[in-house]
Amino acid sequence: MSIAKSTGPRPNAHKPSMRKRATWLMVLSAGGALGGCITVNAPEEPIVIELNINIKQEVIYRLAADAGNTIEENPDIF
Amino acid sequence: MITRTLRLSVLAASGAVLALALAGPAQAQRDPGYEAARASGQVGERTDGYLGFTGSPDAGLRKVVDDINIKRRALYAQKAQAARATLEEYAFTAGCLAIARTAPGERYQAPDGSWQVRGSGLPVRDPRCP
Repeated sequence: MSIAKSTGPRPNAHKPSMRKRATWLMVLSAGGALGGCITVNAPEEPIVIELNINIKQEVIYRLAADAGNTIEENPDIF
Repeated sequence: MITRTLRLSVLAASGAVLALALAGPAQAQRDPGYEAARASGQVGERTDGYLGFTGSPDAGLRKVVDDINIKRRALYAQKAQAARATLEEYAFTAGCLAIARTAPGERYQAPDGSWQVRGSGLPVRDPRCP
């Protein structure tokens, strides 16, 4: 009897704790949404997008002699 | 008489060739406005292989420099195709070299995009530059 009494309330006790937890989560998330706004400031300096980042050093080394000749052969535009 | 005319024509022809050879390099000199703008630092070498303005140029200088950049682009495109590279790769390589060739006092663009005055030492270049 005493065992039945003690085990009886367990499922009932479990349910409110889940509800409580859910309520707390709602309260917390609501509080977070209200108070935890993240402010993002635009940087002072302009954003530079580096388009040359994909150029590989080995390609540059392969082209170096050719590009050097091009510069020497066209002194009017270099 | 015939041999004399022939000799004269040969002389004239060789003279013309010589004149062309002399005129060739003279014609391929920098535009005086461009040269002056380089020396004064109004125009500098950008990292991407083209010329850039360090300030706001007048219309005349802008036209001269824009024309040079258009010519550079056409040349890069042609040479890049021959070397089986992209226009950007070839232009960037030429930019590395053009910055290395700046004279002291001239301006060039550092990898961070800022304009620098070329000193007596080596310029600040992209680590990939040869």
